[in-house]
Amino acid sequence: MSSAADASTDQIGVGIVEALEKELAGALLGSEVSGSDVWVRVDRAAWRRAVACCRDGLGFNYFTFLSGIDWKADTDLAGEKLWDPNPPGRGDQAPGEGWGTGLAGGDSRFQVMARLQRVPGSVGVTLKADLDEGEPRVDSIVELFRGADWHERETWEMYGFVFDGHPGLRHIYLPTEFEGFPLRKDFPLLAREVKPWPGLVDVEPMPGEPEGGEGPDAEAGAES
Amino acid sequence: MTVATDWQKSAYIGGQAADARVHVEIEAEGMTLNIGPQHPATHGTLRIVVRLDGEQVVWAEPVCGYMHRGYEKLTEVRTYPQITTLVNRIDWLSSFANEVPFILAAEKLMDVEAPPRAQWIRTVLFEMARIANITLFLGDMGVQLGALTPVFYAFRDRELVLNLIESATGGRFHPNYDRIGGLKEDLPKGWIAETKAVMGKMRGYCDEMEELLMGNEIFQTRTRGVGVIPSAIGLSHGLSGANIRASGIDWDIRRDEESPLAWKACDWRVWTHPDGDSFARYWVRLQETREATRIVDQLLDGLPSGSIMAKVPRIIKVPAGEAWVHTENPLGEMGYYIVSKGGLGPFRCKIRSASFSNVSVLPWVLRGTYVPDVITILASLYFILGDIDR
Repeated sequence: MSSAADASTDQIGVGIVEALEKELAGALLGSEVSGSDVWVRVDRAAWRRAVACCRDGLGFNYFTFLSGIDWKADTDLAGEKLWDPNPPGRGDQAPGEGWGTGLAGGDSRFQVMARLQRVPGSVGVTLKADLDEGEPRVDSIVELFRGADWHERETWEMYGFVFDGHPGLRHIYLPTEFEGFPLRKDFPLLAREVKPWPGLVDVEPMPGEPEGGEGPDAEAGAES
Repeated sequence: MTVATDWQKSAYIGGQAADARVHVEIEAEGMTLNIGPQHPATHGTLRIVVRLDGEQVVWAEPVCGYMHRGYEKLTEVRTYPQITTLVNRIDWLSSFANEVPFILAAEKLMDVEAPPRAQWIRTVLFEMARIANITLFLGDMGVQLGALTPVFYAFRDRELVLNLIESATGGRFHPNYDRIGGLKEDLPKGWIAETKAVMGKMRGYCDEMEELLMGNEIFQTRTRGVGVIPSAIGLSHGLSGANIRASGIDWDIRRDEESPLAWKACDWRVWTHPDGDSFARYWVRLQETREATRIVDQLLDGLPSGSIMAKVPRIIKVPAGEAWVHTENPLGEMGYYIVSKGGLGPFRCKIRSASFSNVSVLPWVLRGTYVPDVITILASLYFILGDIDR
């Protein structure tokens, strides 16, 4: 990549995609280049290979983060409807249709993503892989980047992705007994269930103040 | 001595004990020691389970999550302007520095650029947040090693900076001053002259710490060669900021990347240290604070005039897309990966905080050290609990 260093930033990105395409052949499913920023989507079977290729072949030596995305439309979140009744790209959709997966595309509900960078330098790459909705599994990259250990544990507990080959997938933030995967879109945010949306207008009256025209007496009368 | 050689295996065994949270296995040989969750050296509630063989650490496992607030979930049910209030509370010692990358990411997606004056004031306050944060570290490191005096100087002088931040933004700790497209308000009258005077005092504080603490023989004995992190290990763990510069990696996002902020407009330098030990981390941060005061001085000299707010719609909707923006925060690299579907709030917001990755190196670096050095290493890595647990 030394020859590309003098070229414009766009060419650096294109060069990275080309090099990955050569290395991964058919496993590279989609890509996007914007300036020196690169997004690449690979087949989940090639996840580990793609990371290894970035690290060893392309010099991405710094591990920024690993996480996941759930592309399911989040209609279940109470309160959301209050301030944005018809958000574009949301609503009741058939599975796999119109999820509007982001840069570099996608064709499943779950995606795992990781970002690597060349240090010192300014070039970074975001790798994505589609995961199976019923059983999201992908290879662990802990052996390639030690920092991925904690990030994979976090992603496992938040999204339920299983990382094959991880030395010990345990809870990192949540209590051991915790059930469910909080960052999945179908996991209800309890605070919003209890009190729909405190943001727009705070309608809760102060103690002793009349509520909605009815005095405290009317309330007391209803109770008795 | 039963020092485990396979780091993965040791982390796993450590994790099994740590996972039970309350139940810790007691074996006939060696001893398991809990540091924290309430311990002065952890700046909050981080618990570190260490397995000792005599005085030596066989394995160590940080247990975080005592302060997890679920910000990544909360961002999904809030609007963009509301989220700055949340992200203020990630690294609470330099709150303004948390707002900036988030706002920049939203601006990047909206294709909005704040006017030059707003960008310069952002940079000034960003660096002042850095000074306020690291000032505390410079004194606090002394306390961890048994020197009580420096931390009083630290609190005394940090107050000067916090007062200035308060007079400009209205918030001493949580400014919530950054807006998409600019800033909440312009600087108050007389602020510039006062700030420049305080910057001079902060340089004096740095000199004081250099003589009082860094030059101290006991301090040097306790920190030199303690907790050495080789650069390759650091990079692999995602170690960033002063921690990685203390391992000899000459990388600073402020200098190396294009940013709408004004760092490139002034003359300053990035300091590195080849040693990678606790002393190097202290030394690098001390130099960084000095450089930050120089940046503030230069930016205030050349502060452009004009508007502080770009034209943005009253109700902010961010177009669909994905953006990653990161900045060089006092604790290291902080970034936001925002996925927008065109709504009033982000569809997904991944918060990459520096301390989470910085602390993940602890199981590696603590193995084979002695108990008093554990505290030195914890203090020198410098983390804020809100930045680990988000």
